[in-house]
Amino acid sequence: MQSVISIILQRLALGLLTLFVVSVVIFTAVNMLPGDFAQAILGQGATPEAVEAIRKDLGLDQPPITRYFQWLGNAIQGDLGNSFAQANFASFAGADTGVSTTVAQQIAPRFANTMFLAAVTACIAVPFSITLGILAALYRNSVFDRATNVTTLTSISSPEFFLAYVLILFLAVLNPMLPSLSNIFDGMSFGERLEKTLLPALTLTLVVTAHMMRMTRAAIINLLASPYIEMARLKGMSPMRVIVKHALPNALAPIINVIALNLAYLITGVVVVEVVFVYPGIGQLFVDSVKIRDIPVVQACCLIFAAAYILLNLLADILSILSNPRLRHPK
Amino acid sequence: MSTIVTLILLLVAIAGGGWVLRFAGQQATGNAPVFRDMPFAVAFGYVLGAALLLFSIWYFFQPTVTDAGVPNAGVVFFRWAVQFFLMSALAAYLFRLLGRNLGTAGSKKLFRQMPLTASFGVLIILIYAITAIFAAWLAPFGQEEIFARVNVLPGGNEATGGDPMHPLGTDQIGRDLLSRLIYGAQNTVGIAFVTTCLAFFLGGTLGFLAATLQGWLDQVLSRAVDVLMAIPSLIFALLLMTIASAWAGSERWLLTVYMIVIIAVIDSTRVFRLARAVGLNIVVMDYIEAAKLRGEGLGYLIFKEILPNATAPLLAEFGLRFCFVFLTIASLSFLGVGIQPPLADWGTMVRDSSQFINFAAFSPLTAALPLLAAGAIALLTVGVNFVVDWMLHKSSGLKE
Repeated sequence: MQSVISIILQRLALGLLTLFVVSVVIFTAVNMLPGDFAQAILGQGATPEAVEAIRKDLGLDQPPITRYFQWLGNAIQGDLGNSFAQANFASFAGADTGVSTTVAQQIAPRFANTMFLAAVTACIAVPFSITLGILAALYRNSVFDRATNVTTLTSISSPEFFLAYVLILFLAVLNPMLPSLSNIFDGMSFGERLEKTLLPALTLTLVVTAHMMRMTRAAIINLLASPYIEMARLKGMSPMRVIVKHALPNALAPIINVIALNLAYLITGVVVVEVVFVYPGIGQLFVDSVKIRDIPVVQACCLIFAAAYILLNLLADILSILSNPRLRHPK
Repeated sequence: MSTIVTLILLLVAIAGGGWVLRFAGQQATGNAPVFRDMPFAVAFGYVLGAALLLFSIWYFFQPTVTDAGVPNAGVVFFRWAVQFFLMSALAAYLFRLLGRNLGTAGSKKLFRQMPLTASFGVLIILIYAITAIFAAWLAPFGQEEIFARVNVLPGGNEATGGDPMHPLGTDQIGRDLLSRLIYGAQNTVGIAFVTTCLAFFLGGTLGFLAATLQGWLDQVLSRAVDVLMAIPSLIFALLLMTIASAWAGSERWLLTVYMIVIIAVIDSTRVFRLARAVGLNIVVMDYIEAAKLRGEGLGYLIFKEILPNATAPLLAEFGLRFCFVFLTIASLSFLGVGIQPPLADWGTMVRDSSQFINFAAFSPLTAALPLLAAGAIALLTVGVNFVVDWMLHKSSGLKE
């Protein structure tokens, strides 16, 4: 047991280290921008004095290493700086526009929305794909298996927006069952929120199901040649019972691993899907900020995406160690 | 509520049908093993499949225009989908038949073992390659040519707002959409191909170098790749594109060049991993040792000894990588930061025409436009994936 804890601690430390290096990469990338924040805020007609004043105000006259640690220190405490788009002149001119200007204020509600979308997707996709995978393994090489294989391969290789528009066409335009725009706001009831989230969640489900389903099928089929499965069959167990009771528990490690990896993949997929459905999540904010070059927001979103990605990969790693005794006791 | 009740009743009816099918089969065939050992779920599946097939056939022959004169858009789209599916299956079958009877003994053998999906994939890749190379001859007009009539609807029918000169209509500034769709093949596929080649050149060379030299170079490169791979690729690409767009300023073609470099570097990390892993298995071979003792240089070792022995896994990876690159570029263009106008490209076309989808109920042809561009992207990746899937299946020797 001791070794498990030490392995997990090792992985955690490695994950933290990766996150730290990634934050350095992001910071360096942003610092490669021509000009600097001050010029970006003031735009074309900035006088040198005004630029200098803002540079001092934002601490841009400090060396990059100092600024990096300041940024990191603030980011850890939840202060991600001010957004350009809304800070623009308003806050520097001393005017109170009444809109949120810090990046954290902008991101927080959208982060919750994205989490909600990811959770709804996971609730649909995970049971669905595991069931499909078990059925495909049970009726392997049948018409059902072939059809599932081709369909999932098609859905995994299509771009997210194609799936999204096909779903909109059939479920929102031709048969008006679900809304095609996910305008979510505060004070909506859970049911309404779920209804608006369902179409983006279904799109993401189509995107991630294929991989999980194929992995479940492959992991189960891999085990079917084992002697203990043969034994179970010879006992006269039904094929369904053989798979669910004997094969599935031993196939769980790769399946859990692939689920965690796909949840990590969701983070990338969420960007395009949120734009299609105008879902007010962090992906939409990210793309909007990229277009208007709102650097602090881009930086913060990037960091959050990377952190989530690293965390989920770490989780996949740890879960596969925990579920596999051979990895738990390395020689 | 009534829909749910109907659905439940339907499922119960199908379940009953499954039981009847099994029982009737047992009685009729004198308890033949097929029916005796059939689990209930399988019988249920047969009846469900038959019901779906019957419903599809019934739905296919519904009138396309309702009594009130409104187009029955659901039926129209369903017919298109079914026709497309049947046509592509037929085309794939004929193509495979052609391949089995023409060409050398090797290619004939290849086609004999090919499943229908793989021959469909090969056919798709061929068609796209031809379209991309000969776009200038195939397209009726140039991609930047502007006509006087703007927003012409697709269909080529004057009565419904079309124009026989522009079968797919024109866009909001009067460019012919059919030409732009064809040129899109050249731009989108061409740029994705160049990017993938660049990624392979970078990742492959560095990966083999790391495998051959090992030591500190291997450590440095591997750790750098680890870090780059810890950032989701689309997110990283978007971040770097922000910076590139500031660098490029108003030079739009420069932004496209930056995009190629950025995506190639991001994707070369994945190629590096594979090339290094494959290379590490090769450098321990005796023939490498022999070449080293002969005093061959590093370039000879990498390109003459390692590369020829690593082609098979790299080729399969090339197909997959191409799909990823192609989808990333399409997504970036769809988000508005990828291939820049006036170059025609499918991602941008989808974004520009996405609103038309809301008119599907009144004018199915108009709504087909964004689907056509998005479908063009999907079709190629599906085709490549079918081929790669078959290659992997063949090389792994997986039988069950």
